[in-house]
Amino acid sequence: MSAPFLWIFLPLTLAGFLMLLRNQKVIALIACIFTLILTLAAWLLPLDTAITIGNMSFKLSSSFEILGRHLILGSADRSLLALIYGSAIVWFAVAPAVKTARRLTSLGLAITALLVAALAVEPFLYAALLIETAVLLSIPLLSAPGQRPGNGLIRFLIFQTLAMPFILFSGWLLAGIEANPGDLGLVQQAAILIGLGFSFLLAVFPFYSWIPLLTEESSPYTVGFILWMFPTVTIFFGLGFLDHYTWLRDAPALGTVLTTVGVLMVVSGGLLAAFQQHLGRIMGYAVIIETGFSILTLSLRGTVGLNIFFMLFIPRTLSLVVWALALTILKEHSPTLILSDIRGLVRIWPFATSGLVLANLALAGMPLLAGFPPHQAIWEGLASTSLSVVIWVLLGNLGLFFSAIRVMLAFSAAPEGAPWESRETAAQRILFAISFLALLLLGLFPQWVLPLWTKLPAIFTHLGQ
Amino acid sequence: MFTILNWFALLIALVTSVGLLLHRDWRWGIGLLAIQYLSIFWLVQTHWPVSMAASKLVTGWMACAVLGIAQLNTDPAEETEVSWPQGRLFRLFTAGILIAATFALSLRASGWLGLGLPIAWGSLLLIGMGLLQLGISAQPFRVILGLLTVLAGFEILYAAVESSTLVAALLSTINLGLALTGAYFLNMPQEENQ
Repeated sequence: MSAPFLWIFLPLTLAGFLMLLRNQKVIALIACIFTLILTLAAWLLPLDTAITIGNMSFKLSSSFEILGRHLILGSADRSLLALIYGSAIVWFAVAPAVKTARRLTSLGLAITALLVAALAVEPFLYAALLIETAVLLSIPLLSAPGQRPGNGLIRFLIFQTLAMPFILFSGWLLAGIEANPGDLGLVQQAAILIGLGFSFLLAVFPFYSWIPLLTEESSPYTVGFILWMFPTVTIFFGLGFLDHYTWLRDAPALGTVLTTVGVLMVVSGGLLAAFQQHLGRIMGYAVIIETGFSILTLSLRGTVGLNIFFMLFIPRTLSLVVWALALTILKEHSPTLILSDIRGLVRIWPFATSGLVLANLALAGMPLLAGFPPHQAIWEGLASTSLSVVIWVLLGNLGLFFSAIRVMLAFSAAPEGAPWESRETAAQRILFAISFLALLLLGLFPQWVLPLWTKLPAIFTHLGQ
Repeated sequence: MFTILNWFALLIALVTSVGLLLHRDWRWGIGLLAIQYLSIFWLVQTHWPVSMAASKLVTGWMACAVLGIAQLNTDPAEETEVSWPQGRLFRLFTAGILIAATFALSLRASGWLGLGLPIAWGSLLLIGMGLLQLGISAQPFRVILGLLTVLAGFEILYAAVESSTLVAALLSTINLGLALTGAYFLNMPQEENQ
C-alpha cells in the first residue's frame, strides 16, 4: 500500500460512502473514527520501511503514480498530515451539534483529501488544479438550502477559478527562469502571475470581498470549515513555491511585498470589523485578519517566521470552530445576526454568546487566550524590523478587539429583570465548556502543543533549515 | 491549408464569444458554446495529438449537455436579470474594444510564446470575452458560461506549453465540475430533512 492511497484515495472513497448514509450521528461517528485512524497512522507509521505485525509484514511506500505523474507523501509530511486530519476531527466531531454533519463530514472529508493531494502532487504546480476541484466540491456545502446562490458564493467560485490559470501559467514561466535565471523580464512576468494567482486563492486585499458576503449568507459552520481549510492549504502551497525557487526566496522585494500585503489585510480587516453590524461578517473579517497574520509570519525570514506560522495553526482552528459553532446556534434562533437583533441574548444563550466573544477575543490576540502567544511572537518579530509596521498591525488587532466589545455590549443589553436560562443542548454546552477550557489553557500554557509543530518546518527543505 | 483553418477557427471563436455576450436566450448560449468548443478543439490540436485534443471537444459538449438539461428544468421566469448594463449596443461596443485590445496583445504574445497569431489571438480573445461576461452579469448561468469561456481560452494557450495527460484529465474534470456547479445553481435543491 502507498501513503497517498491511505491519506487521499481512502478518504475520498469513504466520503462517497458517507453521502449514502442519512443518520447524522452515525455519519459523524464513522468520519471521526476514520479520521482519527488517519491521524494516528500519520503520527505513528513510518514510511518506506517494512512494518511487521505478527506474521504480517507490509511497507507503506511514499509514492503513487497516476497518469505519468506522482503523488508523494514523504516522512516529513507525516506531521502535517496528522495536523490536518487531526484538526478535521474537531470540525467533524462538532458538526452533529449544529445538524450539519451529513453534508459537512462527507464533502469535508473529500475536500480534505483533495487538498492533501494538492500538497502531494508532483510537479507541485498541478496543485492549483486539485485546489480548484476542491473549490467546486465545496459549492454544495456552501450554498444555502433551497435558495438561489448568493453573490458571495458566485464571487468565491469566480475568484478561486481565476487563480488556477495564473498559477499554472506562472509554472511554465518559472521553468523558463530555471533555465535562464538572468532574464529579468521573465522574472518580473512570473512574479506578477504568481502574485495574482495567490491573491485570488488567498483572498488577498482587494480580492476578499466574497468572504464577508459568504459568512453572511451561508451556514456559519460550513463557511468556517472552508475558511479554515482553504487558506491553510493555500499558504502551505505558497510555502512550497518559496521553498522550491531560490530566486523567489532570495528576492530582495519579497519581504516588503509580504509585509505590505499582510499589513493591508490586517488593518483593512480590523477597521471593517470594528464598524460591522452583522456577526457573520465580523467572523469573515477575522479570517481575513488571520490570513494577513499568516502572510506577515512569512515576511519574517528564516525558521522564526515558519515556526510562528505553525504556532498560529491550533489557536486559529479552535477559535474558528467555537466562533462558527456559536454563530450557527444563534443564526438558527435569531431572526438576523445584526447587532440590533441580538440584544440581550446572553440571558438565553449564555454558552453560545460567551463562546462567540471568547473566540473573537482569542483571534484579536487578547492576553491569556490561545491567540495571544503567536500574535505576541509576530508583534515581536515585526518590531525588530519596523516599529511602524507593528503600530499598523496593532491597529488591526484593536479593530477586531473593538468589534468583540461591541458584540459583548449588544449581547448583554437585556431588559431589566429578564430571567437567565440556557437553551443550548447538553452536547452544545459540553462542547463549549471544553473549548473555553482549551482556549484558556492554550493561552496560559502554549508550550503544551509545542511537540505538535516542532517537526513541521522539516517539510520544507530550504525554508526549514 | 492548416493556417487558413486556424484563422477559420479563430473566426468561429470570435463569432461565438461575441454571440454569447449578446444573446440572452439560454438555448442560443448553449448552442454557441458548443460551436465554440469546435474552434477550441481545432486550435488545441495544433499542439496536441488529435486524440487528446478531442477530449476538449467531448468535455465541452458534455458540459453543454449538462447545462442544457439543467436549464430545461428551470423556471423561465427566474432567468431575467435586472442589472446594469443591459444594452446590446453597450455589450457590442465593449466586445469591439476587447477584440482590438486582444489583437494588439496577441501580436506581442505570439512572438513571445512562439505561437501562431490565430492561436494566441483566439486564446486571449476567449479569456477577454469570458472576463467581460463575468464582469457584466451575476446570473449563475451567465457566470458559468463566462468561466467556461475563460478556461477555454486558457486551455488553448496552456496546450502550447504543457501536454501532460494528468493536466488534461484534471482540466476536463474542472470543466465538467463547472458545468455541474452551474446545473446545481440552476436547480438548487430543496434541502432534505437531515
